[in-house]
Amino acid sequence: MWLTQPFNERSTQLFLGVLLAAMTLVTLLHLVVPAGHPLHVNAYTVNLFGKYLSYALLAVAVDLVWGYLGILSLGHGAFFALGGYAMGMYLMRQIGDRGVYGHPELPDFMVFLNWESLPWYWQGFDMAWFAFIMVLLAPGALALVFGFLAFRSRVTGVYLSIITQALTFALMLAFFRNEMGFGGNNGLTDFRDILGYNLRSDATRLGLFLATGVALAVGYVVCRAIVGSKLGRVCVATRDAEARTRFIGYRVERFQLFVFVVSAMLAGLAGALYVPQVGIINPSEFSPIFSIEIVLWVALGGRATLYGAVIGAILVNYAKTVFTGVMPDAWLFALGAMFVLVTVFLPKGVAGLLAYRFKRRRNDADAQEVTP
Amino acid sequence: MSLIKSLSQRDRVFDFMAPAESPVDVRHGPILYMEDVTVSFDGFKAINDLSLTVDDGELRCIIGPNGAGKTTMMDIITGKTRPDQGQVWFGTRHNLLTMNEPEIATLGIGRKFQKPTVFEALSVFENLELAMTADKRVLPTLFARLDGPARERIDEVLEMTGLAEQRRRPAGVLSHGQKQWLEIGMLLMQRPRLLLVDEPVAGMTEQEMERTAELLTGLAGKQSVVVVEHDMGFVRSIARKVTVLHQGSVLAEGSMDEVQNDPRVIEVYLGESEEAA
Ligand SMILES: Nc1ncnc2c1ncn2[C@@H]1O[C@H](COP(=O)(O)OP(=O)(O)OP(=O)(O)O)[C@@H](O)[C@H]1O
Ligand SMILES: [Mg+2]
Repeated sequence: MWLTQPFNERSTQLFLGVLLAAMTLVTLLHLVVPAGHPLHVNAYTVNLFGKYLSYALLAVAVDLVWGYLGILSLGHGAFFALGGYAMGMYLMRQIGDRGVYGHPELPDFMVFLNWESLPWYWQGFDMAWFAFIMVLLAPGALALVFGFLAFRSRVTGVYLSIITQALTFALMLAFFRNEMGFGGNNGLTDFRDILGYNLRSDATRLGLFLATGVALAVGYVVCRAIVGSKLGRVCVATRDAEARTRFIGYRVERFQLFVFVVSAMLAGLAGALYVPQVGIINPSEFSPIFSIEIVLWVALGGRATLYGAVIGAILVNYAKTVFTGVMPDAWLFALGAMFVLVTVFLPKGVAGLLAYRFKRRRNDADAQEVTP
Repeated sequence: MSLIKSLSQRDRVFDFMAPAESPVDVRHGPILYMEDVTVSFDGFKAINDLSLTVDDGELRCIIGPNGAGKTTMMDIITGKTRPDQGQVWFGTRHNLLTMNEPEIATLGIGRKFQKPTVFEALSVFENLELAMTADKRVLPTLFARLDGPARERIDEVLEMTGLAEQRRRPAGVLSHGQKQWLEIGMLLMQRPRLLLVDEPVAGMTEQEMERTAELLTGLAGKQSVVVVEHDMGFVRSIARKVTVLHQGSVLAEGSMDEVQNDPRVIEVYLGESEEAA
């Protein structure tokens, strides 16, 4: 079957194996190793890893469109944030009458704004299934409309990158406004539980970390399946020679739209897993800088490999955690320096280095196969 | 709501997308018929009152000095450029001026561009796979699997173009001549009725040229082929009928000997070489 195809690939097996091993290791070090032990992984760190994994999924989504389709989206933060808001709305509704104002239905900020009733677009978010569908549907719908307009008029290259920036910037401004009904500046926060589990408990944090790992695995396999299909080859063809691809009969804009929407949905899923782990979603996730940062993760990790995006996202965000702890002001400089160093010394990113070593080993194996 | 509806129908099957249902009608002779076609770019007439007919199964060579409008003519046939006036028909049934590029391609007009463009990151085999006649809508492409006949067709084309040995190599590493053949191979995968080939032997070695000549003459009869070429030796080796374009219209037409002895043709080519000198 189409979706199981990636499981036959060495690189996917390796990726899933490493991911599973890492998840198991973190779980064991958290649960089995006693708290005082130097190898113990505390709940805070588990939570941090969960956050990295959601960023990794976001990076995979960006690599799908940038690496394979050649669309440099500088607005994927918007899809991530929309997924996050959909999840945030569910979590807000879960608070129920436990808010500061004790209103049975309205979130605190609405009571504060003297709103009488829930706006129509908040309906249904008290139901988990509905909210989880919206996590995919909201970013997907935005990507569909935006992509439809952009690809139909054959906007590509730098122009597309610029309008994706404009898109996320416009959404940021919109979400800043209190009247939008998404908590304005403060966003959505003070969450209490998810699916009945207390968000502040260690067990829930571990559960969210594992769920994010599973989502990353699923997202990775879906992307691999797409990339490994004939459609994936059409994408690469579009990336390298769009006019030619159109010419041999593919409606390029439809392929672009399809992949763009899938990517936006994955970004939304990443956002939805991110929000309960950090406990807040606010308009800063829409900021253009964030979207650019995502692209840097992918560039650092290595484009058009998918696993490179994962490596890049985790490495950069780990570095960011370390740096902002030691010298918060130096982070942007460090990021810039890393980017420059990698572009100069590892033009294909960290993954390029790995692939190179692999290929050499495989070529050796091939050579042995040929000689009896 | 209607917007959403039309969006959801993005992948609906259009009648013209189904090749079997639109046989090109060539009962009345020509497969390509152009009449009084004119195109101007900012007032400059790149094609000027051009009329041209190509018969089914014919191998036609088009020659002409630089800027004569040869490439522009192909742009018009393939729907890339819209003429200001004139008629362009494929068989007697299809008015090409009402169709867009993918529709025309699906209908059975294949084009090899002047500059070879193969998909460099994909293997030779994959290049042919993408070019193959198939359901090219999004979801069928996502779920597509290569069946027996498709593999056979690819193997067949690999043999015809002499690229069987290279099937697994990325197209980017092929030599210039091999890329040209791959491109012709990609056209053949679509089983075109009409093949437009722009300067196939530019930059080829003598040997590669010979192979290309074999390839093209082997195709004629099964499909119609229009070749634009500057290399006179090559044209002589393959052509039965030659059309000379000059300043956007037909200057002369006939066998190679006829056109080479045509005083107007001599004047145009001599005039050019004098300018160059
Ligand atoms: N898109 C365009 N805009 C403006 N002028 C154009 C355009 N396309 C072609 N032309 C002009 O039209 C004329 C015919 O060009 P065309 O490329 O068809 O010539 P050609 O016969 O293919 O020449 P060559 O042998 O050099 O390939 C040239 O003078 C060219 O500059
Ligand atoms: Mg030309």
